[in-house]
Amino acid sequence: MALSKEEVSRIAELARLKLDDGEVEKFTTQLSYILEQFQILQEVDTTDIPPTAQATPIKNVLRKDEVKPSLSVEEVLANAPDREGDFLRINTVLG
Amino acid sequence: MEFETVIGLEVHVQLSTRSKMFCGCSADYAGASPNTHVCPVCLGLPGVLPTINEEAVRYTVMTALALNCSILEETKFDRKNYFYPDLMKGYQISQYDAPIGKKGRLEIGPAEAKKRVAITRVHLEEDVAKLLHRDGYSLVDVNRSGVPLMEIVSEPDIRSPEEARDYLVKLRSILQYLGVSTANMEEGSFRCDANISIRPVGSSELMGKVEVKNMNSFRAVYRALSYEEERQRKAFISGEKIAQETRGWLEEGITVLQRSKEYAHDYRYFPEPDLPPLALSAEYINGVRKSLPELPEARQKRFITDYGLSPYDSMVLTTDKAMADYFESCIDLDKSKPVPEYAKEVANWLLGEFSHNLASAEINIDNSPVAPDKLCRLISLIDEGKITMAVAKDVLAEMFSSGGDPYDIVQARGLLQISNSAELEEVIKEVLANNPQAVSDYQQGKPQAIKFLVGQVMKRTKGRANPNLAADLLSKKLEVK
Ligand SMILES: [Zn+2]
Repeated sequence: MALSKEEVSRIAELARLKLDDGEVEKFTTQLSYILEQFQILQEVDTTDIPPTAQATPIKNVLRKDEVKPSLSVEEVLANAPDREGDFLRINTVLG
Repeated sequence: MEFETVIGLEVHVQLSTRSKMFCGCSADYAGASPNTHVCPVCLGLPGVLPTINEEAVRYTVMTALALNCSILEETKFDRKNYFYPDLMKGYQISQYDAPIGKKGRLEIGPAEAKKRVAITRVHLEEDVAKLLHRDGYSLVDVNRSGVPLMEIVSEPDIRSPEEARDYLVKLRSILQYLGVSTANMEEGSFRCDANISIRPVGSSELMGKVEVKNMNSFRAVYRALSYEEERQRKAFISGEKIAQETRGWLEEGITVLQRSKEYAHDYRYFPEPDLPPLALSAEYINGVRKSLPELPEARQKRFITDYGLSPYDSMVLTTDKAMADYFESCIDLDKSKPVPEYAKEVANWLLGEFSHNLASAEINIDNSPVAPDKLCRLISLIDEGKITMAVAKDVLAEMFSSGGDPYDIVQARGLLQISNSAELEEVIKEVLANNPQAVSDYQQGKPQAIKFLVGQVMKRTKGRANPNLAADLLSKKLEVK
């Protein structure tokens, strides 16, 4: 099952990612390959296997309540399409 | 037709942890410059791994235990999906079908007429970013995103706006005693949404359930629910259908439609794959249970037995933890005094003049300029007969404004009580001379006229005269005449 370049461009648009032609080409091949892998997985019979969200039996992964350094404001806003002062600026939303 | 009101409350509480729920950013963002408490995790960048803050879990278990909930042995987090720009990841990490605590209760009302409100659940989630709406666009500050948020949901057991307020006051009090949150509604660390509907008394049929949001104080909750109760009653009587919808409270005193049910969300909950489940052992839960501090109800009972206070006084004193702590500091400072009398005296000051001064200065008892030792010194000055009650009230007001010591104020302003007959004689002579009418009233068999004369003595001495001594001296003089 191969994806088309149009589908990849559409997915990129929905994910708000800007891709150039070369990237669209590259990801069309890569994403199609990933889909093929999943097709193989779907052939496994899982009738008696309960659904799970966890792939390991690990439990209780916790951290101490300690403050670690945060990013600088410049780093936080590095990917923001627009800013005003130190705020992210976005299209208006209804409160 | 008689109606009954049915209310359920949903409270969100920011936990007072040092760091955020799933990352090490500081959770103390009040007053911080925008976007300075942000890392890849709380910014929702792809590929990051959240890790659960153990203190937030402990705080939630403490709260669930204090609310008599059962704690689930195995609990987990889920993703709640919705799109809104305050949500950095496009989902909020919350708890869906395995909340930390379930099936608890909270008792409200006075001891002789207690009412039980069932608690549906206590769960843990994360706060969202803050949006500021400007003209034609919005601004995002991500500092609040990921701050631990605990949600406490009640069953629809509440029957009036008064009960709703009692429930919130009691809940806030418990949270403050536990020390898990500042639980301040005005500052947003304690938020309440309400579900309210009405039904004819005796009927179990529920009309359209209305969710009320945007209530930013206890008073707002009370007013909004009173308004909504009445709005629904009128709508019902006039034959309108009460729609299931979300309404927002406006400070001018009305609720307005925010969203009708057609837009009800489907949050597509699913288990958070990045967070392994939590198994809380019986040992852990017992450990937390043992660590619980004294809670308001227990303290209220202790104030009655240890200090001989009335149930009402001890309830009012213990509802605010800081007030109860202040009271006990005062008692501890002066162990030489007889307990019930002194305790009653301190309680009267705290609940009366002291609270009055706090309220008019709009300050919290935590920030009181009058420390417990100073209030104790003021009370001692009265007990030792050095100042009168009337003077003490003035001195307290000055202590609030200047932060000064009561003894210094009394000295500087010459307010010591006049308990010396010789000193009072002079004043009494003048008062008798200036008030012949009262004097003749008294002599013609109107003993109450002496009260007026004592009042005149107090006035001339600016409240400093010992009123008993003044009355004694006055009556002696009048007999002689
Ligand atoms: Zn962070």
